[in-house]
Amino acid sequence: MTTLHPTSPHPLVSIAGLNHWFGRGDQRRQVLYQLHLTLNPGEMVLLSGPSGCGKTTLLTLIGALRTVQNGSVEVLGEQLLKARKSVQQRVRRQMGIIFQQHNLLRCLTAAQNVQMGADLVPGLSFGQRRQRSIDLLAEMGLKDHHGKLPSALSGGQCQRVAIARALAANPRVLLADEPTAALDRRTGREVVELLKRMATHHHCAVLMVTHDPRILDVADRLLQMEDGRLTTAQAALQA
Amino acid sequence: MKFGLRRQIPLAWCLLTRQPGRLAVALAGICFAGMLMFLQLGFRDALFDASIAIHRLFNADVVLISSTSSSSISMEPFPKRRLFQAASWPEVESISPVRWGLLVWKNPETGSPRGILAVGFDPDDDILSLEGLAEQKKGLQLDQRVLYDRLSRPEFGPVEDWLKSGRTVTAEVRNVRVQVDGLVELGVSFGADGNLLTSNRTFNRLLGSADGSSTSIELGLIRLVPGADPKTVATVLKNALPNDVQVLTKSEFLAFEQDYWRSSTSIGFIFNLGAAMGLVVGAVVVYQILFSDVVDHLPEYATLKAMGYSSMNLVTVILQESLLLAGFGYIPAFFAGKGIYGLTRSATNLPIGMSSRMAVFVFAMIFTMCVISGLLAMGKLRDADPAEIF
Repeated sequence: MTTLHPTSPHPLVSIAGLNHWFGRGDQRRQVLYQLHLTLNPGEMVLLSGPSGCGKTTLLTLIGALRTVQNGSVEVLGEQLLKARKSVQQRVRRQMGIIFQQHNLLRCLTAAQNVQMGADLVPGLSFGQRRQRSIDLLAEMGLKDHHGKLPSALSGGQCQRVAIARALAANPRVLLADEPTAALDRRTGREVVELLKRMATHHHCAVLMVTHDPRILDVADRLLQMEDGRLTTAQAALQA
Repeated sequence: MKFGLRRQIPLAWCLLTRQPGRLAVALAGICFAGMLMFLQLGFRDALFDASIAIHRLFNADVVLISSTSSSSISMEPFPKRRLFQAASWPEVESISPVRWGLLVWKNPETGSPRGILAVGFDPDDDILSLEGLAEQKKGLQLDQRVLYDRLSRPEFGPVEDWLKSGRTVTAEVRNVRVQVDGLVELGVSFGADGNLLTSNRTFNRLLGSADGSSTSIELGLIRLVPGADPKTVATVLKNALPNDVQVLTKSEFLAFEQDYWRSSTSIGFIFNLGAAMGLVVGAVVVYQILFSDVVDHLPEYATLKAMGYSSMNLVTVILQESLLLAGFGYIPAFFAGKGIYGLTRSATNLPIGMSSRMAVFVFAMIFTMCVISGLLAMGKLRDADPAEIF
């Protein structure tokens, strides 16, 4: 087995021999080849590569959004190969997801959107979940905006609300798919730095797909993907 | 993990109220559907109800009618003798012969003819439980006197106004001049849009009998001694009397009349169809609203699924939306229905009104309509695939 990073005692995500195909019959086409990967607590890992190389597919497989066809994908102690719907949902609840588009509910205020994430946390009262949402927004620098609808916020502010929503469910892993793609250079940079700070503060590992070269330096570890294969690993980039 | 019992963000409520334009359209559609149902079903019930307005007032336990009579608009005569035969049973306390028929009344102002329902009875008998009749029926002892239903259509002439202004009102019925002696309140129905009460003697004269006598009647009212069972007596009489008469208990008599209108005419069908149209229109509007709501929010719903919300959670949201719509659409529909009933009552004298049965029934229909629309719109939720939103 050739892992791209030395395996730590309790990895949050460990993938071994992952293959994936799209289509069926003659149209069947392999998109992921024999992937091995681990994600450890507290790490921020960036996955980059040309578009169409399979980065997003990998992300959806880890996020239990797509059915694993072949190989082992273990996330937060749950095997996703042949996993049932209830297992998929349990895994989804313990992970935060940030999309290219913020995908906030237009009819909810910023705080209510964040609380949609907080509502997934068991054991907290409505008031506690609401307070947690407002606190998270304050941490994201949106103290005075929690009553606003997404339409009244800028793109960068919406993406920050989306990050707060992802963190509100107390995730141990945060998956992000090109969260800066829809933002301008300066805002994108700010959002990523904030994301990193928040992830560290909330003890959350991050796996971020990006092909924005300007933000690669925030990564603890950089993965390169090409044509469905992981090619290089540059550990401890900033070191 | 259970989510149903915890207080959460009221997503369904926010989805509806933060899109006021769409909400207004949905509510207008539901309100329209509700109004249409109230209108159609209200008319149906009122018409059926009105058809037995007089029947209900008859002071009788058992009723004799001709075996060829099929409804109040085709009451055939039968020998009066049958009623006297029935009177010999010990259970029978008293009897009243009644004449019944549609006669041509000429509008006293314009002279235009119109069929009016005339009921003739012995003024000494107490045949109708009608307010004001007991005091006024003595006047009918005189020949050519009638009591006029003030709820009759205005086409019969300004009888009430003339009478109240102190004028003597006379009109021609079957070319015999009669004088209106007073007013009663009966109400119009399918069969008769005007009513007239008179003595059987006058009635017979109107039919051409010179001395006001006749051996035929259309209706025989039988009152039983206290404690006698009308059903049993009716059965006994049925077996004993020749088959030129039908013997009915009073409730059978009411059912007999309503059944005619229900089954021998398309009135029920037409109004039910009208109500069904309302239901369909409402269902289409609500479906359209909920469907476009789902389509517009597909990425957001997919995001919720990616966050760990189950399909059930989302289905619940759509269902809540449809229930909220049902509730809020019903309220204006209810008041609109009440308003329409009021207008109809004053314009047509039909006994139409908001009954609690009707209010509940229409609510149940709107509720069903919204839930079905919601269930149909949910099919689109399957397209909210969390893997496709990246």
